[in-house]
Amino acid sequence: MNTNIKQAEIDISDQYEKMRGEKVNVSYGDKQALFDVDVSIAANKVTALIGPSGCGKSTFLRCLNRMNDTIDICKVTGTITLDNEDIYAPSVDVVELRARVGMVFQKPNPFPKSIFENVAYGPRIHGLANSKADLEEMVVTSLQKAGLFSEVKDRMNEPGTGLSGGQQQRLCIARAIAVQPDVILMDEPCSALDPIATATIETLIDELREKYTIVIVTHSMQQAARVSQNTAFFHLGELVEFGTTDQIFTAPIDQRTQNYITGRIG
Amino acid sequence: MSNSVADTSTASSVTKKRDLNLKKRYAAERRFRAMGIGAIAIGLFFLAALLFTVVSKGYTAFWQTSIALEITFDEGVIDSAKKRVEDPNILLMANYPRLARNALQSQLGLEKPTKPILKQLDGMISNGVRVQLREMLLSDPTLMGKTQKVWVLAEANIDSAFKGQIDLSVAEKNRKVSDAQIGWIDDLNSKGLIAQKFNTGLFFNGASSRPEMAGMGAAIIGSFYMMLIVLIQALPIGVAASVYLEEFAPKNRWTDLIEVNINNLAAVPSIVYGLLGLALFINIAHLPRSASLVGGLVLTLITLPTIIIATRAALRAVPPSIRSAALGVGASKMQMVSHHVLPLAAPGILTGTIIGLAQALGETAPLLLIGMVAFVADFPLTPLDPATALPVQIFMWANEAERAFVERTSGAIIVLLMFLAVMNIAAIILRKRFERRW
Repeated sequence: MNTNIKQAEIDISDQYEKMRGEKVNVSYGDKQALFDVDVSIAANKVTALIGPSGCGKSTFLRCLNRMNDTIDICKVTGTITLDNEDIYAPSVDVVELRARVGMVFQKPNPFPKSIFENVAYGPRIHGLANSKADLEEMVVTSLQKAGLFSEVKDRMNEPGTGLSGGQQQRLCIARAIAVQPDVILMDEPCSALDPIATATIETLIDELREKYTIVIVTHSMQQAARVSQNTAFFHLGELVEFGTTDQIFTAPIDQRTQNYITGRIG
Repeated sequence: MSNSVADTSTASSVTKKRDLNLKKRYAAERRFRAMGIGAIAIGLFFLAALLFTVVSKGYTAFWQTSIALEITFDEGVIDSAKKRVEDPNILLMANYPRLARNALQSQLGLEKPTKPILKQLDGMISNGVRVQLREMLLSDPTLMGKTQKVWVLAEANIDSAFKGQIDLSVAEKNRKVSDAQIGWIDDLNSKGLIAQKFNTGLFFNGASSRPEMAGMGAAIIGSFYMMLIVLIQALPIGVAASVYLEEFAPKNRWTDLIEVNINNLAAVPSIVYGLLGLALFINIAHLPRSASLVGGLVLTLITLPTIIIATRAALRAVPPSIRSAALGVGASKMQMVSHHVLPLAAPGILTGTIIGLAQALGETAPLLLIGMVAFVADFPLTPLDPATALPVQIFMWANEAERAFVERTSGAIIVLLMFLAVMNIAAIILRKRFERRW
């Protein structure tokens, strides 16, 4: 194990560890995408995964709620825990895991249904609501948390696909929140949005951190610096450096991190 | 100074060269567009030619010549011995065509006609008059001895002559209609006693060797049963197979092999399926021959690959982001498919199914092999009864020698094309209505 990473881990040892990856190796067929990655995800913090394209940060994110299971040739080894429980253990139900670890994708992907149905879908399939009123309340609360309610309260029955890109992404966040997860994974949630919508989402992420643990993959280093408390830098499938965001951006230990954040690689 | 001059000269020479290329490219594009328009024009020409020949030959089939007769239900002809109370068969066996001939004879004012004249008079009226008058008398016995005006079908050749389809310049002995009969037609026409009426029999009658009475009723019912059987079998099987292959099956050598084979099956000549159906359903399973059940089973086999290919394409067209979204909120794979993927793929599946059904509706060859090329005069009450199908009916009529079957063949083709057009339009409308954008 790289000594730099060890150094970094000490920095965040005072935080409660919500998720943890240990010696995570991922390969797609013959091609290995991740090499012995160790990351600790602190509770109620935003952890940013940064690095150049193809460095494996999205792959790692998708391991955290086993979205990689859907790819036939993808093979994951190592241990990933959620509240000290191995999520790849045979006893773990992947459906239940994904209810606890929600996900927001790069491109806003609302269902081609009404705004209400988009948010209500999760609670409905998980049987979270006891009555219709209960469900409606859940939808409203989720939309409020996602900062979208005031904009859509008069058109809950209109299709979610009719919203603007930023609204769609917040709808997807509301949809993820509605399932009442512990962790929300965000895979470059702002890459398809304009700067104003991006700013709205970033503010939202900061608010959500109080209740949820957030892991965000981003291409924008400014965004990582703005929203995250901890940052992991990936390069060529390796975790190069992991530490608090302040430390990574002001005093990176590894030369590659230094080069990346100053714009020399990537 | 010299540098800048050199620069401009290179720049202009480059521009010139580009211009030349551009001209060539535009010319190539124009050629390609001209070829495309030409190809479409050729296609449209042949389509128009097909429609014109079929419609111009076939539209007359929808009208049938009838003659108005003052029929006297003469007891002397029907039941001269007055024994009908004891023997009901007398009413069934009576010489009803004689009544019609007598009526026609008196209408034309022919006194004491000779035998050849009588024969020609008989030849004016369809033999269907026997059933028509018998039904009238059986349903209303009080008609006995009374006179009533009845429209009866003209014989097929008279029908052709009245429609002007028979060349009268040919010598009398070489045509089916005599000069005397032509004279009578004109006579009746001047009195308004002969007319063309809409040919409902074409749609509701069963098979008949007499063209004026032949209809495609049995064929329409047979085709309907088969479409129903194909729909209730091919749609669920096809969709289940596609969903499994597309969403659940691992991608390995076996599934690749299955995929290649399904694509190949879509290209297998349909007559091969007919042989398969003959061997499997009739020789081994001992299902009845000529039955629409067997026809439906064979057509299901033919339609399945089409539906599977269309359904898989529709499933593949559902964006993966929708699948990720469903899985991301914790839907199981089955929920993902049934709540999101299938509803979004439904318009495509529907279109594929209707196209498959239309293909099955037009299939002829496999049905010939399982004995559906049968003379079916009675309506099939169940799918197990002998039946025939629309395209097979066309095939059989095309083989008939009589002049009047020519227009019926084209008429049946028009009906078949209408059914196909309606199905295709339905496919387009359904797709437009349910299509969703994302």
